[in-house]
Amino acid sequence: MGIGIVVTSGKGGVGKTTTSANIGTALALHGQKVCLVDTDIGLRNLDVVMGLENRIIYDLVDVTEGVCRLQQALIKDKRFETLSLLPAAQTKDKTAVSPEQIEEIVTQLKREFDYVIIDCPAGIEQGFRNAVAGADQAIVVTTPEKAAVRDADRIIGLLEREKVGMPKLVINRVRPHMVKNGDMLDVEDILDLLAIDLVGVVPDDEYVIKSANLGEPAVMSHDSRASLAYRNIARRLLGEAVPLQPLEEKAGMFSKVRKFFGFK
Amino acid sequence: MKTVKNKITIKGTKDGLVFFMDDTCSFDELVADLREKIEHSHQQILSGPLIRVSLKLGKRYCTPEQQQQLTEIIRQRGNLVIHMIDADVISKEEAFAERLKSSFLLKTQTVRSGQVLEFDGDILLLGDVNPGGTVKSTGSIFVLGNLRGIAHAGTNGDNQVIIAAASMLPTQLRIADIISRPGEEWAENSGATEFAYVEDGNMKVAKMNFLHRVRPELGESKA
Repeated sequence: MGIGIVVTSGKGGVGKTTTSANIGTALALHGQKVCLVDTDIGLRNLDVVMGLENRIIYDLVDVTEGVCRLQQALIKDKRFETLSLLPAAQTKDKTAVSPEQIEEIVTQLKREFDYVIIDCPAGIEQGFRNAVAGADQAIVVTTPEKAAVRDADRIIGLLEREKVGMPKLVINRVRPHMVKNGDMLDVEDILDLLAIDLVGVVPDDEYVIKSANLGEPAVMSHDSRASLAYRNIARRLLGEAVPLQPLEEKAGMFSKVRKFFGFK
Repeated sequence: MKTVKNKITIKGTKDGLVFFMDDTCSFDELVADLREKIEHSHQQILSGPLIRVSLKLGKRYCTPEQQQQLTEIIRQRGNLVIHMIDADVISKEEAFAERLKSSFLLKTQTVRSGQVLEFDGDILLLGDVNPGGTVKSTGSIFVLGNLRGIAHAGTNGDNQVIIAAASMLPTQLRIADIISRPGEEWAENSGATEFAYVEDGNMKVAKMNFLHRVRPELGESKA
């Protein structure tokens, strides 16, 4: 029996879908059988970020309506043998499915997969209740902005009432130099307020945007800092004790000289 | 009229009729007299337009069944409407429930954004109140943690209550109907345990060791 993990945030645009895609891919790179489930019905994105949009035939709503079997709707990612995606419908909206239906689907998927990563839509309405229904654990994504932290706090309060237990926190898009100057909330401030376990800090990295546009999750890269952060999150979820990486890259002598001469 | 057996005195007020019930006789005697008055002796007064009736039971304790019995007798007259039944005594259970209602609530949780912790009495919270979270009480509020959200003490208008916090960093403080934000009437957090109180219609915040001077009665009322 696998584990259902919902990735949620309350606020939109903090990186739920990117985090789902990257954590899922990173777990698959570790040899785990992973299924990504997009519950953002009507505004599906996860398939785009994963680069699997053109392979969708059936979707989540087709499964709940009995148009197809669950197995038929799953898209196998060709790059990773153990990774699958259950896409959301684009033509319906959140009310097209009920929490009970999602719970049933996730329960079925957990029999086959080690990890079922559920990408939650923004907001606290029906879509949120759907996404949370089948989850055993929750990952709350926030960015170091007051509004995002406030919404994360609200979501944690709502999650406490569900059966998901204490959620884990991912702080996304941290800009080290802004934190250093005191222009951005630092990790300590956020943890002090939210009072939940931290599972990873992801630095702001342009490569994440680029890779999402290419349809290749950032973790596939070897030299991006965000990639390393996502790999570490996956390892922590698997139970390894991985220390937090330093946020700022120490500039070595060689790179300083290169910079001086205008090479990157 | 048999004045000896008169257990019920009926008086007319501008709000309707008030039935004063003798509280030294037996309940059966009371019922008998009520029947007598309603069904026979007071026919003329007790007919006509709708009249509101209040029952004053004095120091007699009536069970809900007994109250029902009295109500039914009076209801025989279509024009009499029971407005309220009032007694000077309550049962032990009711008294105990009443006491519980106005006691302490001890709570261990983080009151997060969007959550409201509400209680009829004093609240002792062992945890934080986050921005967007609210704690409301009719009594005082004590927070052993960071108070970053809204605290509203004395919600039913009592301005003698206080709000105390180990770390006073609220978005807003309210005592009775007085609302205050940090940095207006009082300086921002000094790092020590502080409390807020109302004096001359203004909210003030002071260090905890000042409490016994402004609210000496606060500790005694709880003892």
